[in-house]
Amino acid sequence: MGEMEQLRKEAESLKDQIIVARKGFADTTLQEAVAGTAVVSRVQLKTRKTLRGHLAKIYAMHWGAGLTQCVSASQDGKLIVWDTLSTNKVNAIPLKSSWVMTCAYAPSGNLVACGGLDNMCSIYNLKGKDGNVKVMRELASHTGYLSCCRFVSDSEIITSSGDCTCILWDIETGTEKTIFAGHLGDCMSLGVAPDFKSFISGACDYTAKHWDIRDGNCTHTLSGHESDVNAIGFFPNGNGILTGSDDATCKLYDLRSDQELITYQDATIMCGVTSLAPSLSGRLLLAGYDDFNVNIWDALKAERVGVLAGHDNRVSCIGVSSDGMACCTGSWDSFLKIWN
Amino acid sequence: MPIVDVENLTDLDKAKMELEQKKKEVPLERALLSKGCTEFMEAVQATADEDPLVKGIPEATNPFKEIKGGCVIC
Repeated sequence: MGEMEQLRKEAESLKDQIIVARKGFADTTLQEAVAGTAVVSRVQLKTRKTLRGHLAKIYAMHWGAGLTQCVSASQDGKLIVWDTLSTNKVNAIPLKSSWVMTCAYAPSGNLVACGGLDNMCSIYNLKGKDGNVKVMRELASHTGYLSCCRFVSDSEIITSSGDCTCILWDIETGTEKTIFAGHLGDCMSLGVAPDFKSFISGACDYTAKHWDIRDGNCTHTLSGHESDVNAIGFFPNGNGILTGSDDATCKLYDLRSDQELITYQDATIMCGVTSLAPSLSGRLLLAGYDDFNVNIWDALKAERVGVLAGHDNRVSCIGVSSDGMACCTGSWDSFLKIWN
Repeated sequence: MPIVDVENLTDLDKAKMELEQKKKEVPLERALLSKGCTEFMEAVQATADEDPLVKGIPEATNPFKEIKGGCVIC
């Protein structure tokens, strides 16, 4: 038997062992457990603000840890920091490369980051001495596009890339601290745990992986999706993982039982999920789709309880503010909308 | 730190990498789903009452409501 065949057989056998092991702990389903709970009443959110200013498709947005500022990235080559209450632009940062695919706001509010087809993650200091916003670091090692980036602190950032790896960087020195390899397809998005000790990544190999930031190990590989996992995020309690995929479904996985809890799907939804965000308590899951809408799901009962319709093109990004007071959507129609 | 060039790994190397990973995942300590479900439900229901998007925000206290007239001090 060739070595390849041998390896395949071994891997299949281990996969079967994992399936059996998981079944052993599946003594109930989330649907059964919540059978006695009522569905939340219909959620009707209104557009409260429209943030106008980008001149091309918006690819990413991220709320700051403070309650009202957010950053957005567009392929018009600009990163804009917004005050969402007044709709004023706090900063409009011109980018060296306009092919931006992601942006992030540091929890401290001091830094923002972005990257895309330039394969780099550029860090900008918003609080520079002379008031100008300048590039502070360019983190360049990935051999594929930068799909997502998230700050761990002002000195560390994690990036995910089309080269199938994620990297933890030391921003000060501009070097890689840890490389997380294991995905067999482009990494599309990542999320950092509320306690900053671990992170999750979703990829075009249809899986989501959970990684320990310090020791670099992949602790869980979660499968079930039938297409690329485009969006990923931690459930507010930190033990659940939410994923959104091109297979038109979202899923909730439980880290401790190492398996899927529930799938959010509807026969009438046939387009891919681009982005997702849980509400403050996790009771609602807001997910952006290719059909220009955001569907709001009751996360426990897996029923659709609302729709946000207002964009004229794909909803590419979504986020809920840190106090849960508002949801922001960004779209290929070049606008961001604030809803609550 | 050497970059792992996943795109240029041979199929054999990828298969070895997958196998090594699966070996680590088999002995994972797993918890009963019922425990996980109960904890989820409790965590969510404890905080859902205070979740602004679930319970709704009264117009008067909504910071994002439309500002009609008045002035904004920056």
